[in-house]
Amino acid sequence: MTSRPAILPERGLADRLTATFWRHPRLLLAVLLAPPLLWLGVVYLGSLSALLLQSFFSIDEFSGVVKQELTLKTYAELVRAQNLDIILRTLLMAALVTVASAIIAFPIAYYAARFARGRWKAVFYLGVMLPLWSSYLVKVYAWKLILAREGIVTWFADHIGAGPLMARALEEQWFGGSSLSTSPVGTFIVFVYIWMPYMILPMQAALERVPGSMLEASADLGATRAQTFRTVIFPLALPGIVAGSIFTFSLTLGDYIIPQIIGNSARFIGLAVYQFQGTAGNLPLAAAFAVVPIVIMLIYLAIAKRMGAFDAL
Amino acid sequence: MPSERASTGLKIAAGLGLAFLHLPILLIFLYAFTTEEKSYAFPPPGLTLQWFGVAWNRADIWPPLWLSLQVAGLATLIAMILGTLVAAAMAQSRFFGRDQISLLILLPIALPGVITGMALRSAFSVMDIPFSVWTIILGHATFCIVIVYNNAVARFRRLHGGIMEASADLGANGWQTFRHVLLPNLGSALLAGGMLAFALSFDEVIVTTFTAGQQTTLPIWMLSELVRPRQRPVTNVVAIVVFAVTFLPILAAYYLTRDGDHTAGAGK
Repeated sequence: MTSRPAILPERGLADRLTATFWRHPRLLLAVLLAPPLLWLGVVYLGSLSALLLQSFFSIDEFSGVVKQELTLKTYAELVRAQNLDIILRTLLMAALVTVASAIIAFPIAYYAARFARGRWKAVFYLGVMLPLWSSYLVKVYAWKLILAREGIVTWFADHIGAGPLMARALEEQWFGGSSLSTSPVGTFIVFVYIWMPYMILPMQAALERVPGSMLEASADLGATRAQTFRTVIFPLALPGIVAGSIFTFSLTLGDYIIPQIIGNSARFIGLAVYQFQGTAGNLPLAAAFAVVPIVIMLIYLAIAKRMGAFDAL
Repeated sequence: MPSERASTGLKIAAGLGLAFLHLPILLIFLYAFTTEEKSYAFPPPGLTLQWFGVAWNRADIWPPLWLSLQVAGLATLIAMILGTLVAAAMAQSRFFGRDQISLLILLPIALPGVITGMALRSAFSVMDIPFSVWTIILGHATFCIVIVYNNAVARFRRLHGGIMEASADLGANGWQTFRHVLLPNLGSALLAGGMLAFALSFDEVIVTTFTAGQQTTLPIWMLSELVRPRQRPVTNVVAIVVFAVTFLPILAAYYLTRDGDHTAGAGK
């Protein structure tokens, strides 16, 4: 009787490759990583370098042609009063939106993390996920319907007798315009609506990680609910809140669709980028404007990292 | 966890928060049936089904819809291949530069879309690449990789390494292990990731305006209608279609991955 060998004979290329990868696991790793890294390296990092390069070009004021020589002239234009205005306005809006989002998101995240069980947990999860993922433009459009002069907000205000009050408020320069859909407040509300959901899940994850034993200990030591919240839950959840704020802040910083559709056409960084590359045809200045949110986000991320937000992601 | 109950204030605040997220979307459905054509009057003076027929017969809606489906399909395909590859690499071993790679994957959606868009636009301009379907797909695939990656890597982590070894011990080669062991286990997570990527790409407008040139995808068509409205109820009908095309995959993705510790979509 012939005994069969313990090692099976090779059955072709697939077997040989399997053996090679088994002997050299690093080779398999390299084969797996090469296509995605090439893609991201060439398409994404390559484009970012092109953006950086473009921002050091300048535009010839007479011919309107991009001069491909490195210069800091375009960056100097950024600090002109009207451009600085755009940057500061965007920063203020992003900060306000982030704070407002945190205030609205926290009760949802807190309830979902600590009290929702079973079926309700799923309801809360879907309740956050569905609006977050549903069409961005449709959501913005819905708000155009809501905030329009003849829309539901006006109708509601008239019904509860607050119509004159709202008309009065809209006359204020900083608050209003001809209607809520053309006012800075409208822009703010829609920003909060669109980018707030991104905050809830990191917040909820951080709140879920607060150990129950600590809450019991706090209660045993005689702390009231409010004290436990202030001294135990909130500090422990803070990294998660900061982690959530990264997305809300960053996404507000670059949005150019919302201020275009809802608001008094005050310019934001994203809108400036969009207009300079489009109708104005000033690619270098558009690129320089796009570098601004990158720098701001790098600073923001550095601060967030020091606050431990990355461990909470 | 202490057995205390939520205070009424918290319940109300959480409920109001969720209502704030959902009510505006419901309004879109109402407006698609309104008889009022010139304004956004609320409440609608009357209800009608005619706008669905009008939208169906509008010739300018079909080409953008077709382009969007094409772009989303191809971008999803590329993202699924690249995202799965990188997830497989990240799951199997620790290596130098691992954290940097995960940051690189995340960056296209963590940074505002206007940066990705403007970066691609600069690259096309510097390298003299003309706009085409492929310039749109290039951008979409880049930010869709992370969606597929998030789903795949979570499933890889749950997968017990033992089953791969068992497969090898039983004489299967790498391809057979992939085909008969890995793929059936990854399947639903990949499908979920793919559907989310499709939804994201189908609806994308922020990056697309920079990479499309003169081409019109459905979101770009909608954007131009929002800036300069022509026939408002038709836009409402298209909005419902766009909403459905993004909503259904998300719901399906949730049901495909819900028993996991990490559910689809948590990382948009």
